[in-house]
Amino acid sequence: MSIWFPRLASETSLRTRPVEGPFALIHRSANADHLHCLNPLAERHGLRRGMSLADARAICPDLATRPADLVAEARSLTTLRRWAGRYAPMVAVSGSDGLIADITGVAHLFGGEAEVRGDLHARLAQAGLSVTSAIAGSLGAAHALARHGGGIIAEGALQAGIEHLPVSALRIEHATAEALARVGLARIGDLIAQPRAPLARRFGIALIQRLDQILGHQPEPVSADPDPPHFGVRMTLPDPIGLTSDVMAGLARLLDRLCTTLALHRRGARRLRLELRRVDRGTVQVEIGLARAMRDPARILALFAKGVEEINAGFGIDALRLFAAITEPMAPEQIGHGAQVKTEDALADLVSRLGNRIGFDRVLRLAPADSLIPERSFQMVSAAWSEPVAAPPWSGPPRPITLFPPEPVTQVSGHPPARFRWRRMRLTTLRAQGPERIAPEWWFDDPAWRSGLRDYWRIETQEGPRLWLFHTPQTPSWCVQGEFA
Amino acid sequence: MKTLRDRPSSDSLALAKARVHEAEGPGRRAFAVYQGLRHPGPVVWVLPAHEPQRPLLAGLPSGLGERLMILTPKGETDLLWCVEEALRASPVALVIAEPQQPLSLTAGRRFQLAAEAGRTVGLMLIQEGQGSNATETRWHCAPLATTDSTLHSWSLNKNKSGTIGTLIAEWDVTSPHVHLVSQAGERDQLADPAR
Repeated sequence: MSIWFPRLASETSLRTRPVEGPFALIHRSANADHLHCLNPLAERHGLRRGMSLADARAICPDLATRPADLVAEARSLTTLRRWAGRYAPMVAVSGSDGLIADITGVAHLFGGEAEVRGDLHARLAQAGLSVTSAIAGSLGAAHALARHGGGIIAEGALQAGIEHLPVSALRIEHATAEALARVGLARIGDLIAQPRAPLARRFGIALIQRLDQILGHQPEPVSADPDPPHFGVRMTLPDPIGLTSDVMAGLARLLDRLCTTLALHRRGARRLRLELRRVDRGTVQVEIGLARAMRDPARILALFAKGVEEINAGFGIDALRLFAAITEPMAPEQIGHGAQVKTEDALADLVSRLGNRIGFDRVLRLAPADSLIPERSFQMVSAAWSEPVAAPPWSGPPRPITLFPPEPVTQVSGHPPARFRWRRMRLTTLRAQGPERIAPEWWFDDPAWRSGLRDYWRIETQEGPRLWLFHTPQTPSWCVQGEFA
Repeated sequence: MKTLRDRPSSDSLALAKARVHEAEGPGRRAFAVYQGLRHPGPVVWVLPAHEPQRPLLAGLPSGLGERLMILTPKGETDLLWCVEEALRASPVALVIAEPQQPLSLTAGRRFQLAAEAGRTVGLMLIQEGQGSNATETRWHCAPLATTDSTLHSWSLNKNKSGTIGTLIAEWDVTSPHVHLVSQAGERDQLADPAR
């Protein structure tokens, strides 16, 4: 059975925000707006699909338009595909606005093929979707008939049922269809009567293949994509619960089920959300992040403990839903061997625990960056989303162990300064090493580096501190930016 | 009785296992980096979010940067909580923290219990005089200015299970080795004549 939604895009758009009068979705391609999908009223005004928007406005000035959303269209078709699972076990998407369902051995459950079609049309009409459908012995025939009026081709009458259809219904290229029309072969029936060998030689083997498929000589199974796995589990309770231990017990059962599903698909969760429905229809959520992909129920349960303790159960909770919002591929691992694995696991648990309280953007690692500017020679990256990277060995002049935003020094005398004041301390230079000139990165406008070049000096003071000072020759001043060990 | 002055060796710079220690003075961060080198394994450095002074990767000794994890909690309560959690985690080797307020006896005691539970070492970089009595040792650290540019004065002010004393260490950031220099002292008797 082939199902075709001739106005899927415009109807899904109009479902949420209805418009009176002629309406069209426009799609921008090749630098011009074209009509992508119209409602029946717009078609009655003489507008056609693919027409440019300027022409359409000239014909019908009060046309209401919206930009087409191809992603939303594909999503609504996927939803319809899931819904169509009620008619057949195998339903596949065909094109951008059609479905194909293998209803072999299913029709008698509805009372016959006509009843299946009737049921489908009635339900979709209720949903406000215009639809044409066709049932035939081969996939190609159903597809062709659905796009040219629809109907049912009885078993054994396949050839008679499709003879009157135009050759363009064969799913062939536009150029081939035009070439066929030029030689006077307009109907599929004309094509069937022709000898096959000259046809194949003249129009290519693809045409013969399509012809065989539509007549059922060449099998063409319905290849339905497998549904993406769904990592959500729920549990409803006969009586409301309110104790933390009860919620945790329920959560433990959900986690066992979720982790089994995750293990089946070789994935691990990175972010989990627990939704608790209260008796008064309110919902409370507990969300946790994990430092790395994980599917160990006991360890995940421990991370939920704090969040579950803080929720307000109200008059009780009667439903739990656990959902893995973000998952990552995770290969099966050998467990219980090696201290290394245990250490990594324990460290990941620590990161998860810390991140769930203070935020994952505050659990950081130092990652080397490719820049000579001291502030940008490293990056603070989230430890949960990065691996430790060994810094390349530093071969330049020595660098301080700590860095801070530049602090100006005052009462400077000499160059390099022999005496200066910094942080209310009067310091006298004992030894000075330098200068090391660092130029600002001209391709990156950093407000801190607007003062231009910097000459860095390592200044050892008699009072003890070994400081990293810099001088900006273009706007003369001295600042401290780091402290050596 | 053995004192520090009798036998200066780098063992006297070792921090007792599963305990929390304190370091104060202007050279406390250098001391923390040195201790990070001594402890193989992950090192956690807890800084307040508003602290401008951050470790610079290029300046740290090689190998320490990739083992380092930096936590920047907002506020003192979160900071103390982070320290306790990190101390309780067994894979962590050393926890360095910079609390901004004086450590109470309760906090210090809780840290000790957490360090014992996780078999980790803690090092609190405190402002002068803001330590807790529960600490195992307290070091006063300051860089020394002499002819040598790698001298540190690391003096042990408080020690619950040993002696106190001052160590003059010659330590270059690039190497894990420290050379302890005997302190110059006044002789109580005349030196033997040179032969």
